[in-house]
Formats: sequence, C-alpha cells, structure tokens
Amino acid sequence: MEYILKNGIVYDPANKVNGEKKDVMFKDGKIVEKVSSDAKVLDVTDKIVMPAGVDPHSHVAGPKLVVGRLYRPEDSRKGVTQKTNLLRGESGFSIPSCPTTGYRYSRLGYGTVVEAAMPPLEAKHTHDEIATIPNIDIPALPLFGNNWFVLEFAREGKIDELAAFISAWLKISKGYGVKIVNPCGSEAWGWGMNVHGINDKAPYFDVTSKEVIRALAKANEKLGLPHSIHIHPNDLGHPGNVPTTLETFESVKDIDKNAAVRNQNLHCCHLQFHSYSGNSWKDASSGAEEVAKYVNKADNITCDVGQVTFDETTTMTADAPMEYDLFKLSGLKWVNKDIECETAAGIIPIIYSPKSPVNTLQWAIGLELFLHIDDPWKVCLTTDHPNAGPFIRYPRIISWLMSNERRMEMIDNEVHKWVHSRTTLPTLDREYDFYDIATITRAAPAKIHGFSDRGELTPGYNADIAVYDINPNDIDPSKEHELIEKKFGLTDYTIKDGEILVKDKEIVKVKESSTIWTNVKGYEEEEKAVIEGIMPFFNQYYSIKWENYPVHDHYLSNPIRVDVEASK
Amino acid sequence: MAYEEPITDYDEIVENCTCAFCGCNCDDLDYLVKDGHVVGVRHACRLGASKIMEDMDQRLIVPMVRDDNGELKEVDWDTALDKAAEYIANSIRPVMYGWSETSTECMKEGLALGEYIGAVLDNQATICHGPSLQAVQNAGYPIQTLGEVQNRADVCVYSGSNAMNSHPRHLARYSVFCRGFFRSRGRFDRTVVTMDPKFTDTAKMSDKWIGFEQNGDYGFYNAIRAVLKGKELSQDVISGIPKEDIYELVEEMKNAEFGVLFFGLGLTHTLSKQRNIDIAIKMVQDLNKFSKWGLTPMRGHFNVNGFNIFMAFETGFPFGVDFARGYARYVLGETNTIDLLTRGEPDVFLVIAADPGAHFPNKANQHLAKIPVIQIDIHWGPSTELADVVLPGSFIGVECGGTSYRMDGVLIFMKKAIDKPETCRDDEWIVRELKERVMKLRKEPNVAPEYIPNPAAQ
Repeated sequence: MEYILKNGIVYDPANKVNGEKKDVMFKDGKIVEKVSSDAKVLDVTDKIVMPAGVDPHSHVAGPKLVVGRLYRPEDSRKGVTQKTNLLRGESGFSIPSCPTTGYRYSRLGYGTVVEAAMPPLEAKHTHDEIATIPNIDIPALPLFGNNWFVLEFAREGKIDELAAFISAWLKISKGYGVKIVNPCGSEAWGWGMNVHGINDKAPYFDVTSKEVIRALAKANEKLGLPHSIHIHPNDLGHPGNVPTTLETFESVKDIDKNAAVRNQNLHCCHLQFHSYSGNSWKDASSGAEEVAKYVNKADNITCDVGQVTFDETTTMTADAPMEYDLFKLSGLKWVNKDIECETAAGIIPIIYSPKSPVNTLQWAIGLELFLHIDDPWKVCLTTDHPNAGPFIRYPRIISWLMSNERRMEMIDNEVHKWVHSRTTLPTLDREYDFYDIATITRAAPAKIHGFSDRGELTPGYNADIAVYDINPNDIDPSKEHELIEKKFGLTDYTIKDGEILVKDKEIVKVKESSTIWTNVKGYEEEEKAVIEGIMPFFNQYYSIKWENYPVHDHYLSNPIRVDVEASK
Repeated sequence: MAYEEPITDYDEIVENCTCAFCGCNCDDLDYLVKDGHVVGVRHACRLGASKIMEDMDQRLIVPMVRDDNGELKEVDWDTALDKAAEYIANSIRPVMYGWSETSTECMKEGLALGEYIGAVLDNQATICHGPSLQAVQNAGYPIQTLGEVQNRADVCVYSGSNAMNSHPRHLARYSVFCRGFFRSRGRFDRTVVTMDPKFTDTAKMSDKWIGFEQNGDYGFYNAIRAVLKGKELSQDVISGIPKEDIYELVEEMKNAEFGVLFFGLGLTHTLSKQRNIDIAIKMVQDLNKFSKWGLTPMRGHFNVNGFNIFMAFETGFPFGVDFARGYARYVLGETNTIDLLTRGEPDVFLVIAADPGAHFPNKANQHLAKIPVIQIDIHWGPSTELADVVLPGSFIGVECGGTSYRMDGVLIFMKKAIDKPETCRDDEWIVRELKERVMKLRKEPNVAPEYIPNPAAQ
C-alpha cells in the first residue's frame, strides 16, 4: 500500500529538514522517495509532520510496574474508560494498564518506547507485558550494575569475560543494551545499606561503583553495541550529588566509543535527579548549570531529563535504597522488591506539589537542564515515566520549553519562591522551536539508542510518522502555550510501520507491538565458556533452573533482531 | 512411614518439570513416564508428587450436560460447548471465577470473553489472600525473590503458616535448610521462628515458637511495633506472650542481617483480617530502620499470584474485576464472588480450576445451586455436583504447557510432559471456543458506542 502525506510542514532534524513544506511518502511500511500515481493521498496541508516519537527512557512493563498497578487501585481508577468496539477499557494515570499505555503513547504520536529496567530473572515477565502493550515498539534494557557476576568480573578486571557475559545475557533476556542503576548501591541494599559516591565499595564484593561503570563501559564498547551504557548514577535525589554525577561522567572519558551509529559512550538518564547542590534539603540548590556546563563541553555524554510535572505519581526504580529514603521522608506505602543475585527495586507514591520548595527546585532543575544544555542532540525529553510524572505530560513540558512567558507566569504566581533564590531558571529566556522539539523527542533519542530504522524520515526507514494539527506559521508558541499542549497531546495521524493507527485524533487501528533486541555475533565461543563457568554457581544459588531462565520465543512479541558484529 | 521401593520400571525421564501444586512452583521435578503416564516423580514433596501421579483419580474425562432429570449426561464437545455458550450469551450478570490452577494463556482468553460480555472475573484470592492484597494496597509490599532468602536470610519467621504441611519444600528449597551464598551452612546459619497459636510441624522444627492467643496476632504485632519505636510495654502479658519475650524477640529481629516474614492464611483469616497484614507490613517497614527485612505471602495455588499479576497488568486491578459497565470496576465487598453470590446477583457462574462447592460459604453455594454453573476442571469434586455443564480440561505442567507466577512473582514456564486423555481439551482451547461461540450468539459486545476520554487522565 502506498501513501503520500501531502503538503505537511516537515521537521526532520536527522535530515536537517526544518519546517519545509514537502510531501512524505511511504510504501509497504517504509519511507520512500517516490510513489506511483495510485498512492493514497492524505492531505495534511500546513500541519506539522515529524517522525514518530522515540522515548529513550520509560518504565512501562515488568515486575515493578505490575506491583505498582496491583497496589495502587486509586491510581488505576483515575483513568478508566469504557471499552469500545476497537479499544479495550483503559485504566490508570501514572501507571496505566498495558493496553492503556500503548493507546496513550499512540495518541501522543510515539512509535518507540525504551523500557529502561529489566531484571534478567524477570525478563520473561517483562516480555509478557510488552506483548500486551499495543501500537509501540519496546526494546528493554537489562540491569547489569548490581549483577553478582558483573561485580566479580569488574573486580578482577576481566573485561573479555564481562563482554561475553553481556553478549550472552542480552540473548538470554532478549535485551537491547546495558542498563546500570546505582551501581553497587542496590547490592548494598541487600543488607539494608547503600553506597555514597562512586568510590564506595559494595559489601563483600569489594568493588567500587567506579570500577563497575568503567568495566561495563569498556565491555560495551568492546562489543560495539548500538547503545552506550545507560546509567542511573549513585546518590540519586540526594542534595549535593553533583560531584558524584560529574565523577561518573569523568570516569569514562578515556574510553573510546566503538559504534558509528552514536556519538556518546555514556547516556545518563533522568539527569534532573542527579543535579542537586548543597548539603541537605535545608540548603539544597540547583546544580543544573554546573552539570550542563560539563555536558556542553563533553562530546561523549548524552542525557535525558526526567522532568517533574507537578502531579501525583508513582516512583519506581531499581535504586531500592533511595526508595526507602523516600519512605522515611513521606511515610507513604512503600514497596521493595529484591531480585536474587541481580538487583533490587522499590516503589512509592509521590505527590509533586508546586507549593513544596523541594518539588519546585526539582521542577526548575529539569527545565534549567533543557535550557542550559546548548545542543538539543545531547538531551532528550523524558519524565522518567512514571517517576517524575506520567508520559501523558510530555505535551505540557513541550509547552513550557516553547514559552518563556508561561514559565515566568508559573515562576511568579504558581511555584515556591525557592525558584528565585536557589535556581537560575528565572534568568533563562531561551525558547525551543519546533525543530528543537523534534530533536529532543525523536531524532536525538533514536541516535542515542543507535536505532538505524526509526527516528527520521529517511527513505528506507520505517514509516513511523506523527502529524500534529498545528500550523507553525500561524501559532505563537510563546503566547499560545495551552494550544501547544493540547495539539501535541493528540495527533491527527500516528503512523506506525506504514499503518495508520490514529486518524483525525482517534485511534482507528490497534496492532501488536514488537520488541527489539541485540544479537552480538562473533562471541559464541566466549559466551559458551562464560556460561559454563557460571553454571555451578547458578545451579546452587538461583531459585530457578537454568532451563527456566532464558526468554523463549513463546514470550516474544514480533521480535526485531539487531545484529552486531563484535570487534575483538 | 513404610519404606517404599524406588521406581525402576519406566520408559523415560522428563527433567525440570514444574510442580502444579502450591505457590512454590518447584521447577526441578523429574517425571518418570511409562505408557504415557507419570508413574514416579523425583524431588517433589508428597503433595506435589501425589497430585501429579494420581492425575487419573476421579478424573473428568468427557464433557457432560445436566439433563431435565437433573442427571449429568455424557455428550460430545460441540453439544457441551454450545450449551455453555448459550448460558453465557443469555446471561446479564455472569461471573467467571477460579483461574488459579490454570495458565495465564488461558486467563487471556477468559479475560477477552469477560470484557466482551461484561462479566466479573475473580479468583481464589477472594477467599484466601484477598486480605493480604487489601493490606498491600493500604500499607505497601516489601518483598524479595525466594533466591534472595536462600542466599541472605539469617532469620526466617513463619506466621500463621504451617509451611511444613502446606508448602513442604518451601523450607528445604528456598528458606531454611538450603545452603545460600552467604549462608553456606544452610539450617545452621539461620534462626527460624514460628508464630502460631498451634504447635505445628513448622513450630516443631523452629528455634523459637511464639504461641500467641488465637486472634491475638494484631495485638502481638502492635506490641512489637511499639517496642521497635522505643516504647515501654505497660501490660505484662500481651496476646498471651510475656512482655520479656517480646523484648527479646524484638532484639533478635533487629539484629538480623536479613530477615524474612512468611505469612499464611493463619494471619489473613483471623479476627482482624487485613488489619493483621497491615500491621505485619508496617512492622517489616519499621524493622528496615535497623536491618534488612522483607516478607512474602505464602500463596496457595501455583498460579493464584499469576491471576493477580495478569489482571493487574491487563486491567489495572488484581481480582474481583467487574466489566458489567464496560469498564473495569474493582470494589471490594461489591464486585467479589462471595458478595455477589450471597446477594444473589449472578445468573450464570463459570468456574475454572477451582472448587467453590468445597470452599464457599453455604449461602453462596445455595445461590450456585439455583443458577447455571459451567465447570472447567480436571477432577470430579463438589462443584461438579453443582455444575450444569462440565468441560474436562487438562493438567497444566503435566499434560499441557503454560505460564505461571510463583509466590514471589517470578514467572515460570510449566512445560508439557505427557499427552492428555484423548477426550479432554486444553483449558486455553476450551475458553477460546467458548469465547468464539458466545461472540456468535451475542453479536453486540458490551461496549460504549464511541471512545469517551476520561478527563482525570488527561
């Protein structure tokens, strides 16, 4: 089937197309240069056309998500809708059910969402949920930062074995890249402890966070994976964590990246939570400028923000000790979930209020990062869904980024006065344009994750396209922020693999999702040796049999395999 | 117990099968198969082994429909399925209950049917760990996988759970006797405490038995929390336990390196119900200020947790989900099976892999006797006596593969080892057939004419 999107105003940063009026054509699920005269014409005159959105870091499927849904019926109730002939009933606000997640991302014009934390032991469960989420492709990042085998390899400096281990575990868990969460800290949480700073050692394993990060980065580059290490550094959410964050960046400076598809060798997720200055919440202030300054200078670092949105939401992370700290602060219902030999996780509801000094600080730091980091290719739009806010708030964040007027209105009337005394936000009048927005929501995340089939409207790429009912020549985003929020919240068209899923602001089709995983070639012998070495330990100390550990095809939803030739 | 000769007469061994009995989901069983039957099971406990080996005992083999004289008559599959589909399609308040002993693949079909006709879907949690889920929704859920217990735990507490009888391999495989990475001497490296009014088999092998009074659980945990918060106990004896013992116990719990509280129906179903679990969860949360503690509900059926997990990610609610209004409703006391039945609301009842006839209160069963009941199961039981249509399923983990979730939420694929009896069908197939037949009979699903967004989620 051939289509032509006619007369749209196209923003495609990867191809440096900045608001040109042109046609976009696609055929059999792929973007093409031309189509025959039989092509179906979709008239999008003077509407914004962008590649479909790519969310580089979100929590949408897996064991902690399901506990969130199970234990917060008050959240599920918020979003219920009736079933229709096409759609199943929806539920949830911050932790929507699986079908709801797919529908809502589709309405926002997203096509790919990276599930940012998958414990390998629970990979089957994660993929079971991914298969239940329609309309978006979901790669999942397995957790490596507190894995016992990784800690041992890192301590011994066995980078070759570690590379083989990663290569094997990506196959076993059908994962996409290397995720690191509070390295050594979540292992310390096994004993109710945490690590502080990157030179602190995990108990028993006698290895520092810095050693683990460096070992994983080296192994990652040795394999030449499409994505760099994806790190949630130590000391998340602690006042005064800027030095830890910068030391984490600094620690991989000398490691050469080994993949042409991306520029960075370290992606730092939800950087907002890692940019706090001061010593305690009493004297906390924004460290965003300092962190952004580093990112501006460094070519090897990218980040996503984790913007706070002032909602009641649910925090959930593999940084379990941090969740217990939050519990001690708020006393709300606390979930913990430790996963044997691999990781831990925690969940707690949270209410971000503009009246709260701390929440205002967090909100401002997020925006400061967006505005202080010069190159939009280095920063992505996320809320670390659902940690800082639900993903359905992306349009609102876009409206903040595009309107200094709106930000000043909030600063003057809505948020706590800390915004003046502890942040630089009131002094920043930069405004994003549509090209920048297309960069931070599509082009940059796709490049950072090393996707070579999405995130741009290049012929041969997947026909993942979003059309918004906005005429960029006829709107003033600085003044019409409400309209921007509304229009980015519901597309005129969302097209996924050439299929029209949303038409005229309504979902017209539901399709099965795909998962994307990385298949490293050329490490088969080394993988076998590593697995053989691990087997006695596994048989003794894991609570399931090896046969039950890998994700078999039964649980995979339309897998897309990315082959990587490992260079040795 | 008399000595039993080892079984040597078998054709083949199928390794690493998963036990379809309790929430331990032991996935290390070896089945000894002869002539298409499991004649021996290695590694399983007596409960698991006997369930697997005696799979043909009182087995439902052929579909049956109750005739005008009230007798169950054997019929062919089409007749039985059509009859069942007719009941469901013509109902206005159908309830689909059970699911805890079947696969999540089968639940998926059931949910599609339930959403289509506007049924209530509920599972055994409504009569077992429902109070635990309520408490989890109230207070939180600090848990850990069972391997974490094996490798780290030095204090294991069983409260209101006689695991030696109900989950016989729990202590051996996951918590007490097994050697863990940081507990290399197994049992010798761990302290076991049983809290139970009865001196159970689990209490017998524990280092400490706290025999508080019946219904004294809440008061007892309250006292522990008070001590943890640094308060003095004013009463000398609390829930039948001298206060000195409580002080001593609290010290021991505070000094644990990694403690775990396992609790069973003995805690969920005494006087204070979910309040017991509430306070137990809060106690564990308090203990984390001193050391590392977690808990785990001792789930009974092998996939009772699976239904709760499955429903939560599919619909946002764990059990007792009502689709009658076209959207998911979850109102405890209103949309749960027992409440619905005792109010006399349901007009058709589908029971799959459960035995309400044996477990439900009298008044609920009285209503079941009045309405059409469709049973999907592998064994004859009291529910069969109530059933109007009987559809013989197959045995997950033995005759048919499928997904289950262990008590700690770890997904286990239960593989197939032998063929099912020729006249039986897989649960998943039966429910899918029912769904398709109901869809033919009732063309209009229970839906809104158009999508109406919910302003609360915008």
